[in-house]
Amino acid sequence: MSQDAAQLPLLPHRPRHVQSYPRFLWWALSESTNGSVAFYTWMVALTAVFLVGANAWAVQVADGMIVTNMTDHVSWGLYIANFTFMVGLAAGGVMMVIPAYLYHDKKMHDVVILGELVAIAAIVMCLMFVVADLGRPERFWHMIPGIGRFNWPMSMLTWDVLVLNGYLVINLHICGYLLYTRFLGRKPKAKWYVPFVMLSIFWAISIHTVTAFLYCGLGGRPFWNSALLAPRFLASAFVSGPAFIILAMRVVRIVMNLNFPIEPANTLIRIIRVAMCVNLLMLGSELFTLFYSGGGHAATGQYLLFGLHGHYGLVPWMWTSIVLNIAAAILFFMPAALERSSVRIAACVFCIVGIWIEKGMGLIIPGFIPSTLHEIVEYSPSLIEWKVTIGIWAFGLLILTLMFKITGAVYRNSPVDDSESDFA
Amino acid sequence: MDEPSEDTKSASVEELLPILGQPSSRRTMLKGAGAALGLAAFGGAVWPLISIPENVSVDEFLQQHYKELSDQDKEKVFTRLEEEAKEDYGADVTISDQLPIPGVKFGYAINLSKCNGNGKCMEACSEENNHHRGVDQSYIRVLEMQKGSMNMEHGNTTYDHTVPQDDKFYMPVQCQQCDNPPCVTVCPVEATWKEDDGIVVVDYNWCIGCRYCEAACPYHARRFNWEQPEIPAEEVNPDQGYLSNRIRPQGTMEKCHFCLHRTREGRMPACLEACPTGARVFGDLNDPESDIVWILKNKRVFVLKEELGTKPSFFYFFDS
Repeated sequence: MSQDAAQLPLLPHRPRHVQSYPRFLWWALSESTNGSVAFYTWMVALTAVFLVGANAWAVQVADGMIVTNMTDHVSWGLYIANFTFMVGLAAGGVMMVIPAYLYHDKKMHDVVILGELVAIAAIVMCLMFVVADLGRPERFWHMIPGIGRFNWPMSMLTWDVLVLNGYLVINLHICGYLLYTRFLGRKPKAKWYVPFVMLSIFWAISIHTVTAFLYCGLGGRPFWNSALLAPRFLASAFVSGPAFIILAMRVVRIVMNLNFPIEPANTLIRIIRVAMCVNLLMLGSELFTLFYSGGGHAATGQYLLFGLHGHYGLVPWMWTSIVLNIAAAILFFMPAALERSSVRIAACVFCIVGIWIEKGMGLIIPGFIPSTLHEIVEYSPSLIEWKVTIGIWAFGLLILTLMFKITGAVYRNSPVDDSESDFA
Repeated sequence: MDEPSEDTKSASVEELLPILGQPSSRRTMLKGAGAALGLAAFGGAVWPLISIPENVSVDEFLQQHYKELSDQDKEKVFTRLEEEAKEDYGADVTISDQLPIPGVKFGYAINLSKCNGNGKCMEACSEENNHHRGVDQSYIRVLEMQKGSMNMEHGNTTYDHTVPQDDKFYMPVQCQQCDNPPCVTVCPVEATWKEDDGIVVVDYNWCIGCRYCEAACPYHARRFNWEQPEIPAEEVNPDQGYLSNRIRPQGTMEKCHFCLHRTREGRMPACLEACPTGARVFGDLNDPESDIVWILKNKRVFVLKEELGTKPSFFYFFDS
């Protein structure tokens, strides 16, 4: 491109999309690869970590999943745990969409696109975690309707494939459309994106509900086989999702030197306060049912919280999670949480880590311990599993950084007079 | 569209383009070099994936689901698999495709008063079904249970002492060949299904290895091939069925198939033949004259985890 990449290319008043869309893509590519030394360092570091993960995955495919620490007893591990957490992160963005579009919160409207971009990155990570968990990734095409055999509607996993990919497409469309029209300096037309935004609200609920149904539909796993699982997933998603977005907004505001209002983050904090309490209440309710009636179903709860027959593998994880979640809840209720304070940051970090453990070491792994024949085989992830996991996280952060960067550049370069009313 | 004003332009240039103050063309070149380097590094990182084209032939990659294979297709596939067995394991094997016998529904029952936990069934299963020798693999797990309790929590599968112990009884568990199998319901690609004679089978060449069925099974009856099975050539059982005991590929699920390559030919399962106590009874549930039907009629029979509604074709009973 001949022009200075930082400024928008000159476009005729009514550009034809055949010409202007490729120009938009080229400009975005150019823009997303320009930056400061710090930017390049960050990107190179993420790329390096991603490559370590890619290599670990390739080794796993070649040598077999024997390189993981999963067994026939604990047959899902760190990958599916992270997958579950990521679905929550993706669904959490809807807590920005609802105030922005249903309650017409203008200031939220201005920043809601950040939540949608987080959802895109999270869904991409979800899909990568599922692929990482496959024993035969090259047979992936067996799942493609038409050429493979897609066991829909019976298998909940096929439902999950549909809702996750659907959510990805919806959000790509919304964000892509808004950025492109803004790039052209035009007002987005409501009919081209508002219906999709409304659809995305229901869709966000569906992705986490269907993901919970994956587990709670299994009669042979009493720890998962609870009607409370889907509501619990949603409640925790509405904590971890907004918390992650608050952290992301803080970083964007400082790094890109943007002037964000504080209100949207405070709306999110108020949502987190409620969701956090609901989540803790439901956790308490689960624990009561498990322990008060006792019996065989309590075995997993016993193992998880206190250890069972000399096995204590998950006890430290679980208590860390409980302590972090309670600490986060207390911090979120402090008045300082509504200011740009370290209290708010600490609360967000605590609850993200707390819920990450709760969804993984506290939910997926204990579903397998004790096994269906009541054998206790413990699990802790192998180095390869950690590498793949961190690699996928790095890739997610990488695309998130690029998307934020493009968005920031579009908004900076294409100021629109009445931006308050018509930009998401 | 208006040009950005001079002010915002210079500000944004300064902020967004300090890419070491390079002119535009030089910068693009540097970016190209960076991208090339990144791609090369990525290629290097995923290099171990070369094992896929090395181990998976084009024919295997494109192979259709078992139910969509014509007789000709099957012949080709079986020949290819026989060649692979020769190449990889040095064994001359015959792969066949026994079909269900019309009108037959298989059932299995175990007399818990007779079973003494000797474990011969597990050994026979391992040999018959070409299990990975590196681990103690078998489709059967024998639980040593405390007398006076049916609670599996008091059971133990890893006992290592003389049997039988006075205060214990022994309960072998393997695939229950459920009439309402959760493993079949959850499979996203229909790689596992229930055949007409009641046997739940897996197409090892269609399974993608997601292990959802392993999570769904309430009886710990499914196994995953965490690595390529190792079997010395002289130990390979050459009498193989496509849906049963052929050597399984890495990264796919497997399970007990009531030795369908034997039972569909009128023979008994390997575990039954190996059992020295006579605790195992196998037969056709549709044949009123069969031993298994006699037992269902005359003994007090129970199934495992009946409350889950899986409807097993696998039964347990006591003599008295």
